[in-house]
Amino acid sequence: MQFFIEVLVGGLLSGVMYALVALGFVLIYKASGVFNFAQGAMVFFAALTFVGFQEVLPGWLGLEADSGVVFWLAFLLAFAAMVVLGIATERIVLRPLVNQPHITLFMATIGLTYVVEGLAQMTWGANVRGLDLGIVDEPIAWLMDNYEIGVSKFDLFAAGVAASLVALLALLFQYTKVGRALRAVADDHQAALSIGIPLQTIWRVVWAVAGFVALVAGMIWGARNGVQFALTFTALKALPVLILGGFTSVPGAIVGGLIIGASEKLAEVYVGPFVGGGIEGWFPYMLALAFLLVRPEGLFGEKHIDRV
Amino acid sequence: MKLKKTVLLGAVIAGLLGSSLASANEEQFIGLPSYRVGPYAAGGSGLFGGWIDYMQLINERDGGVNGVKLTWEECETEYNNARGVECYERLKKKGSTGNSVFQPVSTGITYSVLEKVPQDKIPMVTIGYGRTDAADGRVFPWVFPMITTYWSQASAIVNYMGQKEGGMDKLKGKKIGLLYHDSAYGKESHAIMDKLAAKHGFEVIKIAVAHPGNEQQSQWLQIRQAKPDYVVLWGWGVMNPTAIKAAAKTGFPREKLIGVWWSGAEEDTIPAGPAAKGFVAAGFNVAGANYPVIADIKKHVYGKNKGNMEDKTRVGSVYYNRGVVHGIITVEAIRKAQEKYGKGKALTGEQVRWGFENLNLDDARLKALGATGFLPPLKITCADHEGPGKVKFQQWDGNQWKVITDWVDSDRPLVRGMIEESAAAYAKEKGIKPRDCSKEG
Repeated sequence: MQFFIEVLVGGLLSGVMYALVALGFVLIYKASGVFNFAQGAMVFFAALTFVGFQEVLPGWLGLEADSGVVFWLAFLLAFAAMVVLGIATERIVLRPLVNQPHITLFMATIGLTYVVEGLAQMTWGANVRGLDLGIVDEPIAWLMDNYEIGVSKFDLFAAGVAASLVALLALLFQYTKVGRALRAVADDHQAALSIGIPLQTIWRVVWAVAGFVALVAGMIWGARNGVQFALTFTALKALPVLILGGFTSVPGAIVGGLIIGASEKLAEVYVGPFVGGGIEGWFPYMLALAFLLVRPEGLFGEKHIDRV
Repeated sequence: MKLKKTVLLGAVIAGLLGSSLASANEEQFIGLPSYRVGPYAAGGSGLFGGWIDYMQLINERDGGVNGVKLTWEECETEYNNARGVECYERLKKKGSTGNSVFQPVSTGITYSVLEKVPQDKIPMVTIGYGRTDAADGRVFPWVFPMITTYWSQASAIVNYMGQKEGGMDKLKGKKIGLLYHDSAYGKESHAIMDKLAAKHGFEVIKIAVAHPGNEQQSQWLQIRQAKPDYVVLWGWGVMNPTAIKAAAKTGFPREKLIGVWWSGAEEDTIPAGPAAKGFVAAGFNVAGANYPVIADIKKHVYGKNKGNMEDKTRVGSVYYNRGVVHGIITVEAIRKAQEKYGKGKALTGEQVRWGFENLNLDDARLKALGATGFLPPLKITCADHEGPGKVKFQQWDGNQWKVITDWVDSDRPLVRGMIEESAAAYAKEKGIKPRDCSKEG
């Protein structure tokens, strides 16, 4: 039973990590109705920019590499880079495609993926970097000693960060003018424009916020596995989460993440040995596929009804 | 009469000058299907940097191989099979004699062009990857999985464990976890580990990690439950630091986590941070800059600002040195082939193939190259395209790799038996008549 609980808790905490990436997708989808294929690349770009600045700032400013000033300055500069990337995306990619079919915008984000991946490696090089956030990735001693359950301090920290982000984004969407405008834009670009909502500004804001989410996700995933190209693969983990939770729901991303995380770990441990193992990669997609048959809009997604 | 003499003399001088100019212009072309962008760029930039730096060293220090300058062209594959095949086609007719050798540095691309290389008469060298049974040169005359193969590596790892335990008999009853990348590459370990388990009486616990391997919580919970004595990390890319960190999280001693050579580079340990301290990995080349060959590269290549590495601190890293090994083997095969086909001449792929098949890098030659201990002594024959099948083990001390063993042998009779069996099955399937090596020159 202890082992089962450990697998379950570990899975739930992993799910939170997936949800962190899924949040970025949700933001863009809510604002533009577009599935942003480049979200994984943005996570990579953001994390690489952060560690890149961490490397160069001490030399530029004559500071200690591990000082707090360098950390926060690198964070701010990386965020600024994400804002610039967001504005450039709006100006160069999205603006010429206003009122085009969603599939056109989706295709544009595929192209954007390659540009962002290439830009990141061109700017900062292809070296793999470590990232230390000062949170050790080791089990909580008390739980280990008393119940023999290993729950990582780092995973708990990541869960806390994800919860805070969700709360912040929920407030943004529900209680601010920008949030309401954002939802209007998501429903219909033209209608939103006709009532005076500045579509371009909204898109810039949402891409900047998605950039912020990508930066946080990239830092946490980067601290866990290193800052390297594989950060782009985190997007693969977010897809089934989105299908399950719904593309338009911030809480849905979290709940979807928890379900996917827990189920994939339980399946790997209890079903995997009977089918040769390594099922973690495709099991969430199977689950999402089964879920699509029952509830295509996801758990918290908006039901889309077309009048014909 | 005087005029006749002058004309004759002029013709002789012109002839000599012409021939010497032709010799001075001889160039040996080497096509490099590299990957410097994309998911595996970190390793690729080091490996291809080291390789190019070595060839540059030969040009700068020695004026080429017996006066034949080495030329090369990179073709970006992004480690993608389709692009690799495209690069193969694009490079094969480049240079005055065509591409001398194709080294894909990817098992997938190796398989994709396996049947093309005999038709185009271009030798394919796969150092530390590719198709293991291609080590049987009677069936695969154009393929050279040199130094050591995956099967030899697995066997050497088990031998290392035997050494640590105080004898191979001490492995009886032990449990060895095999944490492998769930791909053809990862599964290459299964057959040999099963054979070795049967021979030495240990249990193999195989645990698959789905690509890319950035999540391994459930695998390490299974490992904690099974309590293995050792875990072999048969990983690639992000799977490696993730495994090392997960091992630390579950309290598995890093000294007993043994990585394969695609798991044992700085790119695998640095992202894992302090968790990697004590981690051990096999390697057919070692890390370090304290070798005369590396010192020469620094002096003759970087000293003239002609180095390929943007980040010079990576000179001497595992991947960089692996690239230098690729360079050494390529250059020495060309040198060997020139002994037969003419010194100072550019050679065809077919001629260079002969050079690979008769390559003999013994201790004396390695010493002359400034590479003693850098790679194992190597002798290739018509039947054996693998060579020594040995590895050294290195341990990460928190900052760098330290060599902790001499060259460790594999179980040669067992591995060779498996290679011949598998190659014979391939030959039967493809209708290939194995060469009679006693008739090869």
